[in-house]
Amino acid sequence: MIYVVIIFLWTAILLYILLGGADFGAGIIELFTSKGNKDKTRKTMYDAIGPIWEANHMWLIIAIVILFVGFPKIYTTVSVYLHIPLVCMLLGIIARGTAFVFRNYDAVEDDMQKLYTPIFVYSSLITPFFLGIIAASAVSGRIDLQANDFLSAYVFSWLNWFSIAVGIFTVSICGFLATIFIIGQADNESDRKFFTRKARRTIFMVMFCGALVFLSAYLEQIPLFNWIFGDTPGLIAIIAASISLVVMFFILERDKPIMLRLLAGFQVSMILFAATYSHFPDIVLLKNGTNLSLLTHQGQIKTIESLAYALLIGSIFILPALFYLIYIFQKRKDIPSDH
Amino acid sequence: MDDFLAARLQMAFSLGFHIVFACIGMVMPFFMSLAHFYWLKTKNVVYRDVTKAWSKGVAIFFATGAVSGTVLSFELGLLWPKFMEHAGPIFGMPFSLEGTAFFIEAIALGFYLYGWNRINPWFHWATGVVVGISGLLSGILVVAANAWMNSPAGFDYINGEYLNIDPIKAMFNDAWFSQALHMTVAAFVSTGFAVAGVHALMILRGRNVAFHSKAFKIAAVFGTIAACLQPISGDISAKDVAKRQPAKLAAMEAHFHTERNAPLIIGGIPDTAGKKVDYAIKIPGLLSFMATGDFNGEVKGLDSIPKEDQPPIGVTHYAFQIMVGLGMAMVGLAILYFIALWKKKQWLNSNWLLKLFVIATPMGFIALEAGWTVTEVGRQPWIIHGIMRTADAVTPMPGIAYSFYLFTGVYISLSVIVSLLLYRQITMVGKLYDSSNEVPKS
Repeated sequence: MIYVVIIFLWTAILLYILLGGADFGAGIIELFTSKGNKDKTRKTMYDAIGPIWEANHMWLIIAIVILFVGFPKIYTTVSVYLHIPLVCMLLGIIARGTAFVFRNYDAVEDDMQKLYTPIFVYSSLITPFFLGIIAASAVSGRIDLQANDFLSAYVFSWLNWFSIAVGIFTVSICGFLATIFIIGQADNESDRKFFTRKARRTIFMVMFCGALVFLSAYLEQIPLFNWIFGDTPGLIAIIAASISLVVMFFILERDKPIMLRLLAGFQVSMILFAATYSHFPDIVLLKNGTNLSLLTHQGQIKTIESLAYALLIGSIFILPALFYLIYIFQKRKDIPSDH
Repeated sequence: MDDFLAARLQMAFSLGFHIVFACIGMVMPFFMSLAHFYWLKTKNVVYRDVTKAWSKGVAIFFATGAVSGTVLSFELGLLWPKFMEHAGPIFGMPFSLEGTAFFIEAIALGFYLYGWNRINPWFHWATGVVVGISGLLSGILVVAANAWMNSPAGFDYINGEYLNIDPIKAMFNDAWFSQALHMTVAAFVSTGFAVAGVHALMILRGRNVAFHSKAFKIAAVFGTIAACLQPISGDISAKDVAKRQPAKLAAMEAHFHTERNAPLIIGGIPDTAGKKVDYAIKIPGLLSFMATGDFNGEVKGLDSIPKEDQPPIGVTHYAFQIMVGLGMAMVGLAILYFIALWKKKQWLNSNWLLKLFVIATPMGFIALEAGWTVTEVGRQPWIIHGIMRTADAVTPMPGIAYSFYLFTGVYISLSVIVSLLLYRQITMVGKLYDSSNEVPKS
């Protein structure tokens, strides 16, 4: 049963990165789009994400509930030592979620829109940045349970070049997902060309940020290279991701939006797989050399069993409904609505 | 400010903020679906306009409730790690089910908000009902988790260890039903009165009267029926609390001495040093009757509880008085409204009844916050009743005061923006929603 729970945890994190990430990316590319094209980008994006954007963020709640029910020691250790980046991420989540709705539902279009939009785009940037910092800090081995001063316990647990680089990398991944997604939403040829150009630029951006992650890992003496390339499954995942990236470059110009999305999703899954596989079942690496493991730090047997059943039953309700939602609003995007 | 107090205040603010949005988010969909039902049945466009206007409200409140709820799921760990380390695996069951309910709510809301003219009208209507039902389930599940803190169950506490965990037993603890019932009815009362009050004000101002009258009636009927049911649910809760948490009941009533034929104390200023309540109205025997069903039943007073296990008396007592007082005021107004509906139709067109509803607009939510204060402050000094003290659960990280200021600032600004948004939605009903009105739709 514990493996059912772990698979759900991993999948929830992956889906949050993919769907929530594309959502954050919408704000990020709005920030990096020139003034003249902003409205076009925004409108295409929101027609597409409007119906599903609330659901995209539910994956984070699922992941956090799995952690605090099934792996309480891991949840509380991270909560205590990564308190500051968690608060920053939460502020981003609050600002972004509310600004998005406020700007869509404010009855009057006036100066308030000038307030919502920057809040929305900057919080779209900040949230995944801190999410990346938190993920990187969990494995960078800087969390020190014996620390007795504020800085080494609560600040240097997460403030290092590696975490920052992973934060930036996460932001670039979100931008990448959003640009690939938006290509399929374009309703005319010139828009499609415009978004394709944008997508190509974000792919280079992701590769550059990925290189930064390796560089920073080297500077911080984190054996990232060994983690990723050290064992065969991780290596295969990275090779598969690279091949699919080449394929993606070739078909970028052609009108194959669904294929592009699948490839992008595949690449991000492979990156997450390679990044998590090598330490599995460890999920938090501590400074003193001991690790928090999903297998040894799990809750009692009855807890894990009931959690697994709750997740299985839940997915029977959630997945078909979610697919139907996405299907309906993809299929009929051409019919005008009065919203 | 000391870190422990800051952590408690931050939690209280976060919950106090979330509770308003969560309640509206789970009750408004029912109003909306009823209006939508009338539209589909009667094809009276006013109902469609009301439905659309309310669905915007649902979207705004749902989104704000969703983000504040996400924040809470992290704050439990950020502020109370030692509590979560032990409690998470025990009371986690309702949270994992709530995850599903909440997810379904988000999906159904996507269908509902963007489904006009795109999906089958009755399927569209049904997704609105699903938003309401799954919202209600989420609320009940979260309250069941809170009830566990008042009435811990589903584990054996042996030598400081939590053994033989049974999450199902923990979920169906002794308090879950009475608390979930009281909270659910409270959500209907507070949302019903708040929505009715706003529409009553617009009728009084003579703006889009047909539109606001239909909206007012739906909200008022829900709110007033719920208000009349609430004392029954309150009675169940009181008996339950008397049995399980005598300290909480004693603090609610500022009941200092254990006695038979205990009086019900209304109002007054508790004097904790002198162990008496000044300036209060006392109804002999009524507290005994309410707590035990017998005028001569014994009610435990604060003197039977060690000083270090007593909750703060003043806050709990005043909050309880506010809740009951406002609850009774709303029952009174509900009775007037029923008389108007059945016997005195002319009252329905009179300004005084509408004015009373305008005055009652915030009453439900004030009572709701007060009731929440009673149950949370009344549980102190425990975070898990009788097992773990709140002071032992707080995070070791210093400087929580700054976090408290930060979140307070965020929640205050959000409240201001949401109020502004609602104000704009409401004042622009004529332009945005009312297609039958003198102002042409843009």
